[in-house]
Amino acid sequence: MSEPIAAAAGSAPVVHDDHHYTSTGQSSRKILFWTFIGSECMLFGSLIATYLIYRGRDKVGPHPHEILNIPLTSVSAFVLLMSSLTMVLALAGIQRGDIGKTRLWLAATAILGMMFVGFQIYEFNHFVHEGLTLSTNLFGSTFFVLTGFHGAHVTVGVLWLWTLFFLTFTGRIKAGNDLDVEICGLYWHFVDVVWIAIFTLIYLLQ
Amino acid sequence: MATTVAAAPTHATHAHTGLWSWITTVDHKRIAILYFFTALGFFFVGGFEALLIRLQLSHAGATVVSAQMYNSLFTMHATTMIFLALMPMSVAFFNYIIPLQIGARDVAFPRLNAFSYWVFLFGGIFMNISFLMNVAPDGGWYGYATLTGKAYSPTHSIDFWAVGLQILGVASLAGAFNFITTIINLRAPGLGFMRLPVFTWMTLVTSFLIILAFPVITVALVELMFDRLSPVPTNFFNVAKGGDPLLWQHLFWVFGHPEVYILILPAMGVISEILPTFSGKPLFGYAFIVYSGIFIGFMGWGVWSHHMFTVGLGPLGDTFFALATMLIAIPTGVKIFNWIGTMWGGSIRLVTPMWFAIGFISMFIIGGLSGIMHSSPPADTQQNDTYFVVAHIHYVLFGGTMLGLIAGIYYWFPKVTGRYMNETLGQWHFWLTMISMNLTFFPMHFSGLLGMPRRVYTYQKGMGFELYNQMSTAGALLLAVSLLIFLHNLIRSIRKGEVAPTNAWNGATLEWATATSPPPEFNFQKLPTVKTLDPLWHQEGPKGHKIDVGGTDGHGIHMPNPSYWPMFAAFGMTVMMAGLIFGLTLGVPGGLLFVYSTYRWALEPAS
Amino acid sequence: MADSKRPSFPLALIAFVLLAVLAFAAGDAATGWAQSSTYPQTTLEPRSEVARAIDDVLDGIVLWVIVIFVVVQAALVLTVARFRQRPGGAPARHMHGNTTLEIAWTLAPAIILAFIAVPTVKVIFDNAKPTKGDIQVRVIGHQWWWEFQYPGKGVITANELHLPVGKTVSFELESVDVIHSFWVPAFAGKKDLIPGRTNHLWFTPEVTGTFPGQCAEFCGASHANMYFKVVVQPQEEFDAWLAQQKAPVAPPDSASLAARGLAIYQKGQCVACHMIDGVSYGVVGPNLGKVSTRATIAAGMFPNDDENLTAWIRNAPALKPGSLMTRQDMSDEDVAALVAYLRTRR
Repeated sequence: MSEPIAAAAGSAPVVHDDHHYTSTGQSSRKILFWTFIGSECMLFGSLIATYLIYRGRDKVGPHPHEILNIPLTSVSAFVLLMSSLTMVLALAGIQRGDIGKTRLWLAATAILGMMFVGFQIYEFNHFVHEGLTLSTNLFGSTFFVLTGFHGAHVTVGVLWLWTLFFLTFTGRIKAGNDLDVEICGLYWHFVDVVWIAIFTLIYLLQ
Repeated sequence: MATTVAAAPTHATHAHTGLWSWITTVDHKRIAILYFFTALGFFFVGGFEALLIRLQLSHAGATVVSAQMYNSLFTMHATTMIFLALMPMSVAFFNYIIPLQIGARDVAFPRLNAFSYWVFLFGGIFMNISFLMNVAPDGGWYGYATLTGKAYSPTHSIDFWAVGLQILGVASLAGAFNFITTIINLRAPGLGFMRLPVFTWMTLVTSFLIILAFPVITVALVELMFDRLSPVPTNFFNVAKGGDPLLWQHLFWVFGHPEVYILILPAMGVISEILPTFSGKPLFGYAFIVYSGIFIGFMGWGVWSHHMFTVGLGPLGDTFFALATMLIAIPTGVKIFNWIGTMWGGSIRLVTPMWFAIGFISMFIIGGLSGIMHSSPPADTQQNDTYFVVAHIHYVLFGGTMLGLIAGIYYWFPKVTGRYMNETLGQWHFWLTMISMNLTFFPMHFSGLLGMPRRVYTYQKGMGFELYNQMSTAGALLLAVSLLIFLHNLIRSIRKGEVAPTNAWNGATLEWATATSPPPEFNFQKLPTVKTLDPLWHQEGPKGHKIDVGGTDGHGIHMPNPSYWPMFAAFGMTVMMAGLIFGLTLGVPGGLLFVYSTYRWALEPAS
Repeated sequence: MADSKRPSFPLALIAFVLLAVLAFAAGDAATGWAQSSTYPQTTLEPRSEVARAIDDVLDGIVLWVIVIFVVVQAALVLTVARFRQRPGGAPARHMHGNTTLEIAWTLAPAIILAFIAVPTVKVIFDNAKPTKGDIQVRVIGHQWWWEFQYPGKGVITANELHLPVGKTVSFELESVDVIHSFWVPAFAGKKDLIPGRTNHLWFTPEVTGTFPGQCAEFCGASHANMYFKVVVQPQEEFDAWLAQQKAPVAPPDSASLAARGLAIYQKGQCVACHMIDGVSYGVVGPNLGKVSTRATIAAGMFPNDDENLTAWIRNAPALKPGSLMTRQDMSDEDVAALVAYLRTRR
């Protein structure tokens, strides 16, 4: 499977350049990240399962249909979807070696992410005013914990994006650092996909 | 092959002595040693707890410990043995052996590896601090709702347990990500998946189980923590608001049953290495052993409710989970038959590691058979929550996992230290262990079938439980003696053991090909090229392929730099998590240290 | 190196001694299994159809388990003995596997499991049949005692379940606090009492007598002290018991010690937790209306005599860890009066 390297290892007395050798040819960081995403699927899967199991078992309101604002959340979901697009553009930027574009789209992604978090803060605040807290009923507990966990993931992603953004100025992220952006992108897209699942299951399929 | 240097000088540039070198180490072999001794320490803590339990049960109405302390002891005995002794002991083996077995210079992420260890250490200490504060966890290792709710457990005991398990979960997850990546991506040239040693295979399966199972208990614990610790408490397990205690059981056992295989599969891997070596012939049915291991790991997801046959699942649920559970007996049987097949026709060298491997098979059969007895829900409704099940898990976890890991200690000790463990002491250890463990655990089958529930701090006179409990107590004391012999042998042999050649037992796998024992920091000067299963046994003859790993000169080989940031990050995270219980005065500084250390770690040069 | 060393003979000897001891234990248990007098809580002496069906399933499995145990352990020991390395022994024969063998030892356990699975599934469904029962009992779990209600009969008692022999009894199982598990091995397997849910169980006791039961799900500090007894009686005795439980109790003579006890009972904290029809309506602790008809106190921990009852009223948590009944600082005379009053409750 890795013939050239095997050949090199066979003859040279001491191989100096084999510490970049990998069996699959893929970066280990990327493989690690995919396993991490597999694990995260189980995390969100369990939270979503809890939500679904408890759906409709509330003894007191507010119930989901009384309080969820689908138009508003559609907008915030759209914002998050757009951020996946800008993330793709950021990766395309660094792959072409265009650090300016990378910077621009990283910042755009981060700002869209912050907008999403802003929508969520507004929504949570609004719900609390409407009388729905963590304590109110099962819906309050499951809704806030599930969407809150997702919001926390978006927040971590925003911090990550800004970190990459600033590192483009220190020279740490430069042309050729595709992988750093790609992995951040994997995370970002994953968080986005999770939101699509949550949006569908909680908001659309009441 | 006969380079018999106990501690060969290598060209590694990193300091090799002093406490600081251990704190900053990112070398998988040294991290393995840290894991090993920490897990061994916790094993003796858990063992001490077990002895107190056994003394308390030695006669009806004993007052060795209070009811409250007893409840903490059985909770912490199980929690300690599972999360602080057996799992990390397995991880010690993963750490030391996997990179060597796959012909790699280290794991894929050496600093993440160090982080895993420090999180495990701090998490273990954190959980045991609860004893000093007199609020040791007392809700059982499985912490069923609603007993763990604030209303019925108002002290911090359950908080210590929940937060402690979350911390330990991080360690397990980080380790599992690392080993999956390492095994997928750092195999030596030519080392395809179907040439992997079975121990490596079982590590891979175990790691996948960890990354998929731990998030489930993470969520369960998050829900419990929100119920208990949130200033605005949630209702996940609050029955008054419609919460369902069974949700906890489902989430816990969806994690808990794969966890059982997380505990046993590594030991099965160890056995699958030892049996061929000492039988002098390859593993019988390699592919079947690998596939049955994968199948067991897969089926482990479909049987969780067999822990819940008494909750009233209804006949259809009971039937489904009973049949799925019985199905697991088949791949387990396949493994046992193949192990016996491995020995059949061999030339068996009966030395200590082999004795323990044979002991593993023999004891594991007993544990497996009692498992079949309660795979049947009607029978289980009489056995569940009695000492019968206590007997079963101890035949599986002590007779299985622990004997397997002890076998592994004797087996790989010469690789780690360059010396053999003492054979005479080893044989005493083995036979005393076999005698004492059967004396301890076999009578529990009887006390259980005769009606003794588990998790009771006392029992009444006239129930007929005394005799069997006294046998168990005597066995436990004898078991402690055998473990002291083991400890003595271990410590003594590190310095005084007979010097071993690098391939100490004529093993077939790559860890025995290193230039020295212990191996140089970089493991292999040259990465070996592999063309067969059992590569070291196929080096001679016209079709043979010589395994060449070079010598001990590490000049020019880049090894990762030591770093203390993983340790600080782990410490910061533990303090931050403790802040969930003790407030922001701990949480904020801990969180800041964690974030700062993580950034420093991410930004420092890796090599 | 150390390959030539043999297992130490003294240890092998001890192993034999152990085997003998275990054999003795097994023998003792086997003979004891037929005697619930030695092991009152044994699971192996069924006294109802439900329990017997379970026991039959177990017997079938045990038979297979013994066969498998003997065959596989023998194969293991013989393999080790036959192929152990010795001077002049045959060298190892390299072989990698045998597909026929693999198929055989995959099918063999599958077939055995089928023999276990079929009766298992049958009994699962038989024992889960919904049954109205000749008599209904509601079991409510409390930390750490049992409440037994006889719906429609106006009887509520604690820790002592009376049943008529030969009548099918159907249970509703509930809990007010944490999960408990209802277990009388002679009559049925366990069934959990889960807060927020109602579980169902039924059985038909076949013989008269007193049978011990116990909570089988860890439920906190005094989980070990959560016993109960099932008293199975001929129908007429059971009817008499029901009548006694329902019969009104005359208030004590105003000059008596018991009357003073009643006053203390009404003044004190007792009324907050306990129920005595017409006197107090607490629901936290056991109903005391007929407390002196019961043989034990504190969920089967102590015989219901004056000495124990006195000690219990004075300081229950000292006798039963975690007990929700707090220690009562009363004079000796007051406690004696209270005991005298409770003795009228029969």
